[in-house]
Amino acid sequence: MMAAAPAVATRPAQRLSRVLQPTVVVYLALVLLLIAGSILVGVRGGVLLDQGGILNILTRSTALGLVAIGQTMVILTGKLDLSVAYLIGLCSLIGAETMAGDPGMIVPAVLLTLACAAGVGLVNGLVITKLKVNAFIATLGTALVIRGYLESAYSGPAGEVPRAFQHLGYARIGPIPVSALLMVALAALAWWYLMRTKGGYHVYAVGGDEEVARFSGIRTDRTIIKVHVLCAVAAGLAGLFLASRLGSGAPWVGVDAGYDLESIAAVVLGGTLLAGGRGGVAGTIGGVLILATLDTIFDDLGVTPFFKDVVRGAVLIIAVALYARRRGVLR
Amino acid sequence: MTETLPTSRKSRRVRLADGTGPVLAVLAVLLVALAFAGPAYSEPAGYLALLKRAAPLMILAIGQYFVIVSGGFDLSVGSLVTAEVVIAARLIDGDEGATVWVIPLLLVTGALVGLVNGLITTRLLVPSFIVTLGMLLVLDGAVFLWTGGSPRGALSEAFRVVGREGFEVPLLGAVPWSVLLLAALVVAAVLFMRGGTGRMLVAIGDNETSVRLGGGRVERLRTLAFVLSGVSAAIAAILLGGFAGVSAQVGDGLEFRVITAVVLGGVVLGGGRGSVVAAMAGALTLEALFSLLNLLGVAGGLESAVQGVIIIAAVAYASVGRIPFRTRRST
Repeated sequence: MMAAAPAVATRPAQRLSRVLQPTVVVYLALVLLLIAGSILVGVRGGVLLDQGGILNILTRSTALGLVAIGQTMVILTGKLDLSVAYLIGLCSLIGAETMAGDPGMIVPAVLLTLACAAGVGLVNGLVITKLKVNAFIATLGTALVIRGYLESAYSGPAGEVPRAFQHLGYARIGPIPVSALLMVALAALAWWYLMRTKGGYHVYAVGGDEEVARFSGIRTDRTIIKVHVLCAVAAGLAGLFLASRLGSGAPWVGVDAGYDLESIAAVVLGGTLLAGGRGGVAGTIGGVLILATLDTIFDDLGVTPFFKDVVRGAVLIIAVALYARRRGVLR
Repeated sequence: MTETLPTSRKSRRVRLADGTGPVLAVLAVLLVALAFAGPAYSEPAGYLALLKRAAPLMILAIGQYFVIVSGGFDLSVGSLVTAEVVIAARLIDGDEGATVWVIPLLLVTGALVGLVNGLITTRLLVPSFIVTLGMLLVLDGAVFLWTGGSPRGALSEAFRVVGREGFEVPLLGAVPWSVLLLAALVVAAVLFMRGGTGRMLVAIGDNETSVRLGGGRVERLRTLAFVLSGVSAAIAAILLGGFAGVSAQVGDGLEFRVITAVVLGGVVLGGGRGSVVAAMAGALTLEALFSLLNLLGVAGGLESAVQGVIIIAAVAYASVGRIPFRTRRST
């Protein structure tokens, strides 16, 4: 309601300031959290940011980060994707079963998995745009269908990942896992797409106001389908990463970790508006790192896992309340 | 007041045709199909048992309807139901005398959780999706933190009467107490929605700004919707606790199931459209569908797949053919 700059900011400086603000806050919070965590863990006689600690934080961040990058794009258009958790499980199975322990099958398996994921994303996008189903319902429906398939076809882990593929999950350079670097590279790619290409501008425009975007000549349907496909592919990558960590495909690996709601939480924690149009990948990665750091700190402190949920819920609500205050935006 | 009655009655009829018609038709088909599929449904007792099973979901649907029609989401009901059952078991611990004060305490707890949801949503301007997601995490964690991992204690016989037992009625046989309670709540909800407050809730979901400019107390009413949703979760928990006993999984997935039910009833996510009777009919339809699939011997996996396809189909049916530019954002 308040004079929130009505036009899409054109000057780079203006855009930069708009995008950076919440992002800076997120990383500031992350630094504060790391300092506070180091002190708390230090009092207990441990070290938070030793090699193991950094490894732990980054490994935790990788799978969630991959999903959250995709989720960011979907949320930027003002939609949601609730199907990612089941899709991750499905993709880990497709990948592991196609590989079946044969190193020669790695490339075909990865391609097949990503193609299947893209197919699911395409279905999501088409249902939302062509059948005009609310994204919440459409992706919840897809999630239930995938769940039904997983329930009837699998009773436990299946498939086998060759040793060469497991390196993807475990190889590291110093304290930094290779997979985390790949995740950051993907984030950079997504950032470039959103900030520097026409397609990225369209994502923001659709999220800002779908009707206005449509009247401005943007093919909103295409943009929405595209972000859902990208989100599903990102979830597919997360599934492949988890398969390489576990050594096989597991139907409930995504659901047990709650990647659907967790990824939305990370995106929102990173300063992206749930209603769309504002935010970005950089903030999301900050949000993911905050969640992973919180987990690691609690593990080091030996806090019960239940307390983690309480803190996580409180952090989420407080963070979004602060963003709402800062923007002074009335919904 | 008497002069405005005819017009308001007419508008009500239009709304009935909008969302209630299809779901009632589907429900009727399902009920007839049940009679053919299972011998238990050849007499009223079978249908009463169905109502008894459906009562908790239908009551939750009433609460969720208030929140959705005023433009919000309540994702916390599932974990709230679990929390209430666990709290009840812990406090009663088999002591018959405790029932009298525990039940009011549960209702107050439900109302309080709803109040917190509502206040954070309306005063701190956090989207309700995030608030209730945070509440879900907090409740999940807090309950198990308090019980130390697994629910302890036991419910008293008196507590379980409402969810379990029934009373004799000529012609019908044994009518469960939960059905009587459900009937009372249905009447109360319908009267509430016909009154000024109920109409105002729908108006807020349709156009919050115009209600605010018209002098409506938007914040107070939206908070009220969350409080009612919390209370409905408390009542559902009392029924479920009596029906199914103490377990830490009693509320799992209920939040998505109840949103499915409400949407199935033609209520539009984003608010402003749909009737409370249709929302409950949606819940009953869902339960009838599960019963039918069960009778036909369909495996559990297919059950959720069917649920997924049906909600997409229902919403697609309702929204295709509406004004193309009507897009609603989830808050």
